[in-house]
Amino acid sequence: MSTSAAPAMVGSAVPQPYRVVSRRVDTADTVTFELAHDAGPLPAFAPGQFAMLTAYGIGEVPISLSGLPDPDDDRARRLTHTLRAVGAVTRALHATAPGATIGVRGPFGTSWDVESAAGRDVVIVAGGIGLAPVRPVLHAVLADRARYGNVVLLVGARTPADLLYPDELLRWRESGVQLGVTVDRPADGWIGQVGVVPALIPHARFDPANSVAFVCGPEVMMRFTAQALIGRGLPASRLRVSLERNMRCGVGWCGHCQLGPLLLCRDGPVVDYARAEPLMNIREL
Amino acid sequence: MTDDVVDRVAALPFFAALNPQQLRQLCEAGMPASYQPGERIFAEGGTADRFWLIETGDVALDIRVPGRGDQVIETLAGGAVLGWSWLHPPYRWQFGASARERVEAIAFDAATVRDRCDADPVFGYAMLRLFTPVITERLQATRLRLLDLYATAAQVGRP
Repeated sequence: MSTSAAPAMVGSAVPQPYRVVSRRVDTADTVTFELAHDAGPLPAFAPGQFAMLTAYGIGEVPISLSGLPDPDDDRARRLTHTLRAVGAVTRALHATAPGATIGVRGPFGTSWDVESAAGRDVVIVAGGIGLAPVRPVLHAVLADRARYGNVVLLVGARTPADLLYPDELLRWRESGVQLGVTVDRPADGWIGQVGVVPALIPHARFDPANSVAFVCGPEVMMRFTAQALIGRGLPASRLRVSLERNMRCGVGWCGHCQLGPLLLCRDGPVVDYARAEPLMNIREL
Repeated sequence: MTDDVVDRVAALPFFAALNPQQLRQLCEAGMPASYQPGERIFAEGGTADRFWLIETGDVALDIRVPGRGDQVIETLAGGAVLGWSWLHPPYRWQFGASARERVEAIAFDAATVRDRCDADPVFGYAMLRLFTPVITERLQATRLRLLDLYATAAQVGRP
């Protein structure tokens, strides 16, 4: 093994200690962390890639990058992750206070390849916590706004209280993003849309023949969203979904995240729908 | 009917599959309608004597739940059709509908359209082919929401 390969190997196999520099409560069960590595950071993450986050003594879980650092800032190598407390590891991570240390391995997997959408309309569709992995796509597009056409963001959530990044949603809309938000269960006083997120697609303004779509959420939601987008004329090859299975090693060794011919920690999580659709429809996978 | 109604209906994709003659026949039963924010368009249990093509503005479908008031179950936006209870007996609204913001629409007289469907099966079949996908899509959306996809295991009572 060459010396130059060592940092990547260390990053992929051994959790590196990262300090929690900020912890923002997003919803009742969801937080966004900013993590800093004091000694030397891992290689840069791209939007769509994920890290294995370790709660020391408990375990590790795959969590996608949920923000892009400001490249002009000296904090450029900080990592932003949004996670929801659903199991033992995520509950422990969720409870981690600023100043505490968690372990990080990565970056792993494929990216959204935001660059490939340059010159085209950008359609982002997210359901639930799925807004977190596509948030860096929006950051990247807005940071270089002139290179992209219409930007559409359609968001679905269980209830208004479960909506992630509500302040940012408003800022994005003010900056020209065509925003649609819908909830399954409205609360008193909710004046927005009620229904499923694929129902917003017929009303969104974009050119299907010249768009790239980025879709993240529960797999069933992504399937129906893809049908609606393809129904409007978007080619499946320009529709990307983020798939998740049981990611463990992160580098395609252990096989826990196999989906047919794909090892999603390596060949995913971001996969073209033309490739993903036949696999998503096989019950045994 | 005016040419204005035909133009306004033709400007939206919903009835695009009708040929020009069928479109004119449909629009003979249509007239412009406007609703202010909060205005009730129809009430649950009322006679389903019309349906609407929403041009602009959001409409909330609701159902009255004792002790909880009118509960919004779905919203419809510009370009959607509102109402299908006019298609089949007993021609009663199963839900209510109200404007969430100013709504511009074309309202169609249901009895006139039904008579046209009965008299001209080709026209009737064309209408049915337009409305069946609406019913299917809303049924699928309801099924998706029944899955409660965004809930955690704990929220839906799974271990």
